[in-house]
Amino acid sequence: MASLIEGRTGSWEVVIGLEVHAQVVSKAKLFSGAATDFGGEPNAQVSPVDAGFPGMLPVLNRFCVEQAVKTGLGLGAQVNLTSVFDRKNYFYADLPNGYQISQFSQPIVGKGTVRIDLADGSSREIGITRLHLETDAGKSLHDQHPSLSYIDLNRAGVALMEIVSEPDLRSGEEAGAYLRKLRSILRYLGTCDGNMEEGSLRCDANVSVRRPGEGLGTRCEIKNVNSVKFAMQAIEYEARRQIEVIEDGGTIRQETRLFDSGRGVTRAMRTKEEAHDYRYFPDPDLLPLTLDPAWVDRIRTAMPELPDAKKARFIEVYGLGAIEADILVAEREVAHYFEAVAEGRDKRLAGNWVTGELFAMLNRQGLDVTRSPVSPDALGELLDRIADGTISGKIAKDVFAEMAETGARPDAIIAAKGLRQVSDIGAIEQAVDAVIAANADKVAEYRSGKDKLFGFFVGQVMKATQGKANPGVVNELLKAKLAG
Amino acid sequence: MSGGLTDLTLAAARQGLKRREFSAVELTEAHISAVERVRPLNAFVTETPESALAAARESDARLARGEARPLEGLPIAIKDLFCTEGIRTTAGSRILDGFKPPYESTVTANLWAAGAVGLGKLNMDEFAMGSSNITSHFGPVVSPWQAKGGSNRQFVPGGSSGGSAAVVSARVALAATGTDTGGSIRQPASFCGIVGFKPTYGRCSRWGIVAFASSLDQAGPMTRNVADAAAMLGVMAGHDPKDSTSAPLPVPDFEAALTGDVRGLRVGIPREYRVDNMPPEIDRLWELGIEWLRDAGAEPVEISLPLTRYALPTYYIIAPAEASANLARYDGVRFGLRVPGATLDEMYENTRAAGFGAEVKRRVLIGTYVLSAGYYDAYYIKAQRVRTLIARDFDRAFERVDVILTPTTPSAAFAIGEKLDDPLAMYLNDVFTVPASLAGLPAISVPAGLSEDGLPLGLHLIGRAFDEETVLRAAGVLETAAAFTARPSL
Repeated sequence: MASLIEGRTGSWEVVIGLEVHAQVVSKAKLFSGAATDFGGEPNAQVSPVDAGFPGMLPVLNRFCVEQAVKTGLGLGAQVNLTSVFDRKNYFYADLPNGYQISQFSQPIVGKGTVRIDLADGSSREIGITRLHLETDAGKSLHDQHPSLSYIDLNRAGVALMEIVSEPDLRSGEEAGAYLRKLRSILRYLGTCDGNMEEGSLRCDANVSVRRPGEGLGTRCEIKNVNSVKFAMQAIEYEARRQIEVIEDGGTIRQETRLFDSGRGVTRAMRTKEEAHDYRYFPDPDLLPLTLDPAWVDRIRTAMPELPDAKKARFIEVYGLGAIEADILVAEREVAHYFEAVAEGRDKRLAGNWVTGELFAMLNRQGLDVTRSPVSPDALGELLDRIADGTISGKIAKDVFAEMAETGARPDAIIAAKGLRQVSDIGAIEQAVDAVIAANADKVAEYRSGKDKLFGFFVGQVMKATQGKANPGVVNELLKAKLAG
Repeated sequence: MSGGLTDLTLAAARQGLKRREFSAVELTEAHISAVERVRPLNAFVTETPESALAAARESDARLARGEARPLEGLPIAIKDLFCTEGIRTTAGSRILDGFKPPYESTVTANLWAAGAVGLGKLNMDEFAMGSSNITSHFGPVVSPWQAKGGSNRQFVPGGSSGGSAAVVSARVALAATGTDTGGSIRQPASFCGIVGFKPTYGRCSRWGIVAFASSLDQAGPMTRNVADAAAMLGVMAGHDPKDSTSAPLPVPDFEAALTGDVRGLRVGIPREYRVDNMPPEIDRLWELGIEWLRDAGAEPVEISLPLTRYALPTYYIIAPAEASANLARYDGVRFGLRVPGATLDEMYENTRAAGFGAEVKRRVLIGTYVLSAGYYDAYYIKAQRVRTLIARDFDRAFERVDVILTPTTPSAAFAIGEKLDDPLAMYLNDVFTVPASLAGLPAISVPAGLSEDGLPLGLHLIGRAFDEETVLRAAGVLETAAAFTARPSL
């Protein structure tokens, strides 16, 4: 349901469309053999093609095409068997050819959809307008010299997928959910690493406001937002700014704005006097790109299970709740980890442990799941010890902490620390009797109706057994004996 | 120099080297002397005598070992549009000031790998834009030809491959490379009395050739006879994975195509090529060409190419459009000329204002205009549609004929200084050559006679795509019949 913003004069609806630039995971650039690694020495990864030297010609990197097709299929989108590369002409110092090679009227991928999952557990379908392949520009370094700018062309020519959404998003939250979902799909597919800090996923947001039910308002484009959080903040700020302008009797000017993450505001970019006319035309150095339908089908057949399908399966097969399933499927590696733990075990217990103890520990240590000190196998072994009554859930947490710290296996820790839980009724009964005998006053209070004291007796028994007593047996015996 | 080493055809020189009648060094030295002798023609931008002699010495060693390659030891010259590794490459422009490519174009690499000896880089119209070689930053090339009657008027060699035509004609190089976008090989070949062959678009790699109009640019040989053109093209051509528009086809044995037999060959004579105000001598030469082919057993067939009249305007939209983008890279940032400015935009403006000549600026402006919002559909899109229709005209014609015969140019060479004030008159030079360029078809100019003024005139044969062999075969027959023996005065 569209979330409305209350202004002074009534409620407003925000309309958002996102343009995401996703850097294609590929060893070589879109039209040259130069490397694409992040963080190289400036201008160390530049071929004469990338630098726009005279007589140099682009040759399409087939792997990048495969990545774009895979992404298109992952977005449930139509793959166009014929597409065309165009030149987008403009002058800038970090654009060596004076044009970017992009796809204008005939992109490689057409309409598709992304389902976004919201915090309340609901979902919405967001339309994808198109996906096209294009080259990245270089980078201008303005801080290396007092009066000159330096140019680093390492990024020039790197393959980008521009993924354009329909104006279907209605709040910063939805935009955030869309970006997270898109990132998740791209990472599942291995077509973009989704790293927003390194710039491999960048987002421009088109934002406008309108009265519910009315036509689209004038939009502003917020450029180059480099985190999901900033995108959400920028959109929320921009929507309120536009509402204020209109409610104060002003009109919105179509313009490009930048998000100042330090101050949490958007600012109009210096507008150039001349309007941009990119003079797109088909790049005569490249033939139209035609794809063999059989090749596309082979890619389709080899597609991995994507987050939506996985979530549905986790809910259906494992009986997980929607929100827990969302958390588990967001990253393919987490889902793999979870499935390895859950295999042949109590799924809900596995889910709780992965989203609870494991995530908390990884957060504390600043690790992602692929570098977890506790392997799925080790965590599984720990859950097995809970299931077979060897240890209690509470002791298991201590064992887990030890596992995380030392990397030792749970059985080894249980044995070394003597944590095996006591289920011997005789031994526990002795402890229960001793506690009752030592606390006659509390027993009397309990029996006169102070039920809350039950926990106290449990605690005492556990203390006497160093926490190793099987809590089920303790409860049962205490209840019987206290009942007199 | 008649009878000397520089007067040999490529084939005769190859034979002489093989028979050890002279060495590659002797042959090269003779040509280096010729290069020095014709300096007044201003045909070379860069001479490379030292590397030529070094290559000749290697050729002699190979010849001695019996390891001669197809063009072993044969001195040729290269249009300065081909990037040559470590050797200044200018494209006839100031904007490439000081540019030494760190790579070798595929075509020249093929030539060196076949043993050819490079004498240097040849003057040309700036960025191959021109039909007279007067737009070069390095000044005009003077044609080695003079008109009858002893006047000292200097004539243009044609363009844009004007330096190439001049040196081959003047017996300074055995052959030269040219490039042809709308006639830049064929028109100067016609003006200088030599053979110029533009093969099918995609036959020669464009990799490493400074781009003018990418969908039209094509390299080809300029030689003193048809057989030499076949030999040169055989080495220059071939699929190149570095050029996505290069055709993945094997290279035929072009020399073997010269059978001299055109019996039964159907020769199309397009009626629309009888343009208004065409000088009678051009018309007579054309009639003569038809007769020669008929006498050899070919069958002339009148055909119609109705869209020919739209070819020039179509060309002068598409070529400048592509050029406007291709030349955007000359911005002073990474190579070539840089004229500083207070801001980035000022640096661009200063650099491009100083670096480009008037004709290049004119075409960049036209190209930018026809691609602009609001004009794109009316100009660029319409031109692309007409281009498709022109190609279809040819397809239809080639259902009935095997090759098409036309004049190469509507006139003989003009004097330096003429037509300068009227770019449209200049563009009319390409009226017969442009249609084949737009359709990407192979076309050759063969010297066929002299004008009343004693200046060379060429006949033009157009063939089916990738059927260079038929074009060469018919050209060989025309050449034999024409028996063109005239030589430039210089």
